[in-house]
Amino acid sequence: MGRYILKRFWYGVIVILGVTIIVFVVTRLIGDPVKVMLPLEATLEQRAAFEKRLGLDRSIPVQFIEFMGDIAYLDFGNSLWQHRPAMEIVFEKLPLTLILSFVGIGFAFVISIPLGIIAALRPGGVSDRSTVFLSLIGLSVPQFWLGLLFIIIFAVQLRWLPTSGVATPFHIILPALTMGLPTLARMVMIVRSSMIDELNQQYVKTAFAKGLPFYRVVGIHAMRNAALPVVTLCGWELIRAVAGYSVVVETVFAWPGLGMTAIQAIEREDLILLQAIVFTVAIIVVLINIVMDIVYTIIDPRLKLA
Amino acid sequence: MKKGKHVEKMLEGRHHERWERLHELGLELWRDKTGFIGMIMIAALLFMALAAPVLAPHDPASQDLRARLKPPVWTEKGTWNHLLGTDHLGRDVLSRVIYGSRVSLLIGAAVVLIGGTFGVVMGLLAGYRGGRTDNFIMRWIDTQVAFPGLLLALIILAVIGPSITTVIIVLSLNGWMVYGRMTRSAVLSVRQTEYVEAAEIVGCRGSRVIFRHILPNLTSPLLTLGILEFARIVLAEAALSFLGLGIQPPATSWGLDVATGRDYIFRAWWLVTMPGIAISITVLAINLVASWMRLISDPQEREKQFARQMHIKRKKQGQLSTVPVEVVNE
Repeated sequence: MGRYILKRFWYGVIVILGVTIIVFVVTRLIGDPVKVMLPLEATLEQRAAFEKRLGLDRSIPVQFIEFMGDIAYLDFGNSLWQHRPAMEIVFEKLPLTLILSFVGIGFAFVISIPLGIIAALRPGGVSDRSTVFLSLIGLSVPQFWLGLLFIIIFAVQLRWLPTSGVATPFHIILPALTMGLPTLARMVMIVRSSMIDELNQQYVKTAFAKGLPFYRVVGIHAMRNAALPVVTLCGWELIRAVAGYSVVVETVFAWPGLGMTAIQAIEREDLILLQAIVFTVAIIVVLINIVMDIVYTIIDPRLKLA
Repeated sequence: MKKGKHVEKMLEGRHHERWERLHELGLELWRDKTGFIGMIMIAALLFMALAAPVLAPHDPASQDLRARLKPPVWTEKGTWNHLLGTDHLGRDVLSRVIYGSRVSLLIGAAVVLIGGTFGVVMGLLAGYRGGRTDNFIMRWIDTQVAFPGLLLALIILAVIGPSITTVIIVLSLNGWMVYGRMTRSAVLSVRQTEYVEAAEIVGCRGSRVIFRHILPNLTSPLLTLGILEFARIVLAEAALSFLGLGIQPPATSWGLDVATGRDYIFRAWWLVTMPGIAISITVLAINLVASWMRLISDPQEREKQFARQMHIKRKKQGQLSTVPVEVVNE
């Protein structure tokens, strides 16, 4: 098992390396960072000074080595927009994104299991078909639009909840719901289908036959086996939330996390901050992947032997 | 001459068979009501996109500042001139929704085609060649799957600048891995069969084995996957355009219209609502058809469905079946 985890760890290193290379190629070779970051009317001297400041006047291999060195020390330089170290901004915003992602995905996880089980108990029945149909709708609604609808309904019309910001704990309700609903739809589908498969197994019939109570058979025997795909999906959804949904949801609700900061960095043409954000997120994605693998080996004893 | 006629007849027979199969497929579609509704909605959307200039009551870009922020027709202040109201520049919302379908469908189709082709070719290479090629491609896929895709897309879009082409390229680069994985695993299982072995022994070239003997087996799972991906891409394009990184202002896109409507969310709810409904309906229709396709193309699912129908029938006839549904399919 230790070996397996070690292998996964190296895998993560390769992913980070890949991100490094791609970001380098995109920002230095395909695009011209000076052109993106400086205004059009900048003079030649200004451009030269800027290039020197970022070390862009040196040869590509030297630049790459310097780039790698900077990353090793997590030093991306000063943000052009806020004039302070980019990593400082990232560390300030990161907790907000993590909280939002965990609350949103956690909510989806908790709700999806009972819903999926209820649907799976009678495949083809009324509750099953309505759950599947509602999940399909949940999968089809764009997340940013869902967020705006929530704002229109709960904040503008009913005035129950605040529209945006982070002032009180109530502020997290709408963004977390928006974050979690598409995930909830996917999870319910997975819980349902894996539960249907498990309930058809012989061991479930045996358990029922020997008179075990319903909640023990379904809730413990079948659920344990059905949990595997759900846990996998949970990890994936968490990754998607941190590295994707957060950008959209945070922009809609003005939730000042990494996602919104990334969009602001793009608007202000601050490639340095954007790079720092992409790297941080890449590292978090890799970490979630590793944790997921460890959890997996704990839940599935078959992997421990391998 | 004689031979030619013979071949023609054979082809005719095949043609006939094909029609029969299409007919059967149609019947099956009719039986699955949700899939049928989805298919009709997709057909309507396609028609809407193709006939946009005829259907749209106004030019989607023409402004009329005297008729700004008019609400839809069923509200108090609505006019029949603008069925779904107008936006902050007096542009007709209905016409913009109709034109917006073009971008969504175009980008969806382009990305599925490009990403799908690339993924299938890679999967075929990995599965058929095996060895080092396989190892390399699979490692590549694994690494890319673990990437924070959207954020890299953001960096690329920020550096190169957003346009329809960049969006298509970025989304294709982001989504080819699923096809690659699926193709490879299917190739690996098909390769073991006798008919592929026979084809190889007879001396078919690699390309013939791949395209005549292996690829046809992949048609239905790939088609289902392609449709599912289409739905995902329509959503992704809308999200990118909403963030200001997709389609740019003179052009119309549903995501873009939601973004502009966002500033008027307190005064004009229809600006955000209408394009959003259009996106949701489109994606829902595609999802309905995809789930129907999965049902009919997966033999296991078909069996379950059949068993369920039998069970319901028996119940209706009043015979209390002691055999639970699930036992039937074992």
